[in-house]
Amino acid sequence: MFESLSAKFQGAFASLRSKGRIKSGDIEEIAAEIRAALLDSDVAVAVVDTFIAQLTERTNAVIEDLNKSTNPANAVFEIVNSLLIEILGGSARRIRLAKKPPTVILLTGLQGAGKTSLAGKLAKYLKDQGNTPLLIASDLQRPNAVTQLQVVGESIGVPVFAPEPGNGVGDPVKVAKNGLAFAQDKLHNIVIVDTAGRLGVDTELLKQAKLIKDAVEPDETLYVVDAMVGQDAVRTAQAFLEGVGFDAVVLTKLDGDARGGAALSITQVTGKPIMFAATGEKVTDFDLFHPDRMASRILGLGDIQTLAEQAKGAFDGDTAAKLESKFASGEDFTLEDFLAQLEAMKKMGSMTKLLGMLPGANSGAMKKQLEQFDEGELVKTQSIVQSMTPLERNDPKVLNGSRRARIAQGSGRQVSDVNSLVERFTQAQKVMKQMRSGKGGPQMPPGMPNFPQAPAAVRPANKKKSRSGNPAKRALES
Amino acid sequence: MALFSKLFAKIRSGSTSSSDWAEIELALIAADLGAKNAAEIIEIAKKVKSDEIDTAISAALQNWLSDGNRELISSSDRPTTVMIVGVNGTGKTTSTAKLVAYLKRQNQSVLLAAADTFRAAAVEQLQTWGDRLNVAVVTGPSNGDPASVAFDAATKAKADGINYLIIDTAGRLHTKSGLMDELTKVKRVVEKVLPIDEVLLVVDATTGQNGIVQAKIFMESVAITGLILTKMDGSAKGGIALAIERETGVPIKFIGTGEAAEDLQVFEAEPYLNGLFH
Repeated sequence: MFESLSAKFQGAFASLRSKGRIKSGDIEEIAAEIRAALLDSDVAVAVVDTFIAQLTERTNAVIEDLNKSTNPANAVFEIVNSLLIEILGGSARRIRLAKKPPTVILLTGLQGAGKTSLAGKLAKYLKDQGNTPLLIASDLQRPNAVTQLQVVGESIGVPVFAPEPGNGVGDPVKVAKNGLAFAQDKLHNIVIVDTAGRLGVDTELLKQAKLIKDAVEPDETLYVVDAMVGQDAVRTAQAFLEGVGFDAVVLTKLDGDARGGAALSITQVTGKPIMFAATGEKVTDFDLFHPDRMASRILGLGDIQTLAEQAKGAFDGDTAAKLESKFASGEDFTLEDFLAQLEAMKKMGSMTKLLGMLPGANSGAMKKQLEQFDEGELVKTQSIVQSMTPLERNDPKVLNGSRRARIAQGSGRQVSDVNSLVERFTQAQKVMKQMRSGKGGPQMPPGMPNFPQAPAAVRPANKKKSRSGNPAKRALES
Repeated sequence: MALFSKLFAKIRSGSTSSSDWAEIELALIAADLGAKNAAEIIEIAKKVKSDEIDTAISAALQNWLSDGNRELISSSDRPTTVMIVGVNGTGKTTSTAKLVAYLKRQNQSVLLAAADTFRAAAVEQLQTWGDRLNVAVVTGPSNGDPASVAFDAATKAKADGINYLIIDTAGRLHTKSGLMDELTKVKRVVEKVLPIDEVLLVVDATTGQNGIVQAKIFMESVAITGLILTKMDGSAKGGIALAIERETGVPIKFIGTGEAAEDLQVFEAEPYLNGLFH
């Protein structure tokens, strides 16, 4: 996400770093570059101006000290980083639960922003945290929005209150109100009200949204906005803020190559924080929005924190502990362990997305590799290991020709695929041994203490040494 | 817009300050024309005499419009096939319905293919439109193969001697190469039965500069032939469409201006260009 902006920021800093001392002209230069980058990334004009003014002011204020530090460019970088975090809203904001349940969450936004999909994702997210959400179908406008919500609800196991068929039939205010009563009756602790999309200029429909809002008195009104939106982001957000009012923003479609305009403009202009971000088509592609992590990503520092959190969630305690003790006690890392890792990695979600969180993921070479990453390779590697007997997995040395032929047949792969997997695995084992004896080898990124060896997550973008088109295998090369 | 006429008036009177130029440039950026295009316009305008500036700007904008054919293609001896593509939430299904209404008004027979088998209830959404507009919809199983739905529809359109076949596809982000390949496959499979005449990319008027990449990638995958610019009834100016035309040469064919089936207009350059400044 935000690749183009990220690339420009990194370019601007690369040229600043090449300079030893920083003069005020250099600051003007980088400010101009950043200004162009922001404008080209759909950031609202007013926001860009504020950003640049603050950047210039803060940098010039410390310019004397800057040049005393060993790395003046980094000090400027820090200023930009903190400005970005501020502009993105400072710290992450969580849902405020009502003292007396149910907590009412109202979704509003333009048509096509992704409210209904978001309703499902939010419900799933809250359900996974032990809540008992109820979805209320108050979008009676768009043909079959109600059916869509019902299908979504069913797929995540969250009940949907939908007394009206929609398609223009029924009163959305009444549905919302009755839904709330229903939730109270059935002891749902959270209700999520999906409403019809409307344009910021349509005062009539904004009024209707306001009526729904007044009827259910939401604890959180969320404004859902497409991350790809351009300069209109601010106008429409303001219209909603004035016409309906909202407490926080949800960004959708962040998995595209959105430039970041909406993300960087809305908080600044409306004073409302971005609470969540949706990053994919799956119901689980959804998380809290962390301004500091987003700033890191934009500046090319990656998002190791999120990666570590996802890793922690995916590797169950047992697997991790087992691997750790194995590693410490000097036992061999086996294909069985490797399989457990592959499975855990798959649980963490799309590899491309995970790798995109690594520092430098948006830079040229790595980005290209990421784009070419074939998610299917993981499955293929997995199928090869799964076609092995437990004996073979624990002691790959027994793999003779006939065993390899059988495995190839069983997994629907070529013998050469089996061979190269085994070969790379043997090499990886060696590296592990070296690491144990402290002779170096691949290092885990910082901040991932409980993350067992997950070669594919760390190494596949290592271009110099890659020999295979299979990232999982390639990762094992060393 | 007031700002613009005011600025133009100032410019005409010959007293253009650098802050006036900056203001014009920002107004162009605010219309989503893109920073580079805006800067270029300013360069052009600065070169002419002050009383010619507004004509120079509008001529430059005119010049960026594609000279491609803006009319919907029609083939006389077989069903004309139109594929509707785009990223999520731009209004593909609604635009499909509007296009049906437009063709029905011209007494054309239409068949719909519900090839969005992915989004929950997308098929039902199209079916509802089909019922309202009295047009048959070819459907397949949910999460089924969109190419096979499109193929069935093409076969039926050909057998029944329908005038227009319109294929609604699932929204997909252009960055998902697997999904883009799926779209290429839909096109390839349909072309076994009928040539595809139009591939219309539905672009949301609120889209930012990312729209250019969208168009380029859809161009590579399915050779888009035109744009439908939706949600022009909002506060967005839709300047991104001009930026796309300039970059890809693909013409805007229709403009969507509301939620009703008849809210679709054939593109006209003048009101659109004027609208960029209003």
